[in-house]
Amino acid sequence: MAQWIEACGAGDVDEEDVIRFDHGGRVYAIYRSPEDRYFATDGLCTHEQISLADGLVMDDIIECPKHNGRFNYQTGEAKGAPVCVNLRTYPVKVEDGAVFIEV
Amino acid sequence: MAQTAKRDYNLLGPSSEAAIASGLAAAEWYHTEVDRKQMKALMQRSDGPAIRDTVIWLGSMLVLAAGGIYFWGSWWAVPFFLGYGVLYGSASDSRWHECGHGTAFKTRWMNNVVYQIACFMIMRNPVTWRWSHARHHTDTVIVGRDPEIAVMRPPDLFRVILNFFGILDAGCAMLDMVRNAAGVVTPEEKSFIPEMEHAKVIRVARIWLAIYLATLALSLWMGSILPLMLIGLPRLYGAWHHVLTGLLQHGGLADNVTDHRLNSRSVLMNPVSRFIYWNMNYHVEHHMFPMIPYHALPQLHELIKHDLPTPNKSIIDGYREMVPAFLRQLRNEDYFLKRELPATAKPYREELHSGVAAE
Ligand code: FES
Repeated sequence: MAQWIEACGAGDVDEEDVIRFDHGGRVYAIYRSPEDRYFATDGLCTHEQISLADGLVMDDIIECPKHNGRFNYQTGEAKGAPVCVNLRTYPVKVEDGAVFIEV
Repeated sequence: MAQTAKRDYNLLGPSSEAAIASGLAAAEWYHTEVDRKQMKALMQRSDGPAIRDTVIWLGSMLVLAAGGIYFWGSWWAVPFFLGYGVLYGSASDSRWHECGHGTAFKTRWMNNVVYQIACFMIMRNPVTWRWSHARHHTDTVIVGRDPEIAVMRPPDLFRVILNFFGILDAGCAMLDMVRNAAGVVTPEEKSFIPEMEHAKVIRVARIWLAIYLATLALSLWMGSILPLMLIGLPRLYGAWHHVLTGLLQHGGLADNVTDHRLNSRSVLMNPVSRFIYWNMNYHVEHHMFPMIPYHALPQLHELIKHDLPTPNKSIIDGYREMVPAFLRQLRNEDYFLKRELPATAKPYREELHSGVAAE
C-alpha cells in the first residue's frame, strides 16, 4: 500500500540539484527544480543502474553521470540514447520544511 | 597472479563471458572524491566555447578548401590540403566524441548537428558509435567487452602504422557502411546496439553511401580526384593526428582493471594539438568524470591531480614511454606499464585487480 515517507529536509537539496535517498532496499532521487519545486524518481539510471544523484540537473533534465543519458525528471521520460526506458516518478509534498515522497 | 589465458577480443567470445562472470563487466569504478559544489560548477554546460571552436574549425576548413581548390594542380595546394586533412580526418574524431557525450554545447541540437557532421568525416556510424562508446565507458579496456580498444595485445604494430594513414580503419569503415546499407547488422554490433536502433544504423549508412557515390560520380565526370580530396580522402591523409593522440589514451597500460588511473593516460600537449583533440589529452579525468565538458577539463585536472598519476609532459614523452611497452608486449602480452601514484593519492584497490600483474 502506498505510503508517504519523509525523504529529506527541503534545504537538503540545493536549487537545481538532486540528492539520493535510500529506503526499503530501493534508491530514489529527489530533485529541486530551478523554479523551486520538488520531484522524485527512481534513483538509478535505467541504462546501467548508476546513481543519478551524481548527475547534473539542467532545467527539467537530469543527466546521468555515466554515459550522459538524459531523463525529464518531472515526467520520468527517457530523452535519448543510451537510455531507452523511462524512470518511475513518485508524488512529492513538502510539509514543515521536510520533503515527503509517496512510495 | 599473472594473466595466463590468451586475450580474446571478440565481444561474443570466452573473454566476454569470463568478464561477466568475474564481475569485471559493468563494475563499479574508482572515482576521486570531489566536493559536489565544485563538481556541479565544473559540469555546467555552455555554448560559447564550442561555438567559438566550431566556427574556427569549420571556418578554417572552408578557407583551406578554397585555397586547395584555387591552387589545385600546383604544389601550392599541398599545405592547404595538409591543414584541411587534419581538420577533417582528425579534429572530427574529438568532435564526434565530445558531441556524442552531449557535453560540448549546452544546446542539444548543436551537439547533434556537429555530432552528425563529425561522424560523417571520421566515418563512424553515429548510431553504432554512440552505443559502442557507451560500452567503452562502462567496460574501459576490459578484454571481450570494450569494442574500442585501439591496440590489442600482442600489438599489431603494422596495423597501427597503417592507421596513421587511415588505411585499415577507413577501409573497414567503408565495408561496414556498405554492409549496413545493405541492411545487415552483425551479431557483434547487436551485442551493444539495442534492436530498436538497428533501422537508424541502416538509414544513416544509406545516406552516407549516397553522398560518397555522388562524390565519386562527380570525380569521374570531372576527370579529377578533387571532389574526393575534399570528401572522403581526407579521412586517410589527415588521420595521423587523431591516431597520434588517440594511441596515447590507453596504449601500453593495464587492461582488465576498474580504475581509470591504471588504464588511461593524461598527457600535457601543445595548444594546437589540444584544439584539434578538444582537451581529450586529459584522458584519465575524462573517463573518471564524463560529465565534465572538454573546456573544463584543465580545471578538473587541477582539482584532482593529487589523486592521479603524473601526466606525461608531452606527446613525445608519452611515446617514449608507450613504444617500448608495445615492443615488450610483442614478446610478452601480459606486460603493461604500471602507473605510479603521487603520495597524496588514494591507493589502488589491489584486491580488484588481482587478475593482472606488471612484470
Ligand atoms: S548508466 Fe545512465 S546513461 Fe548509462
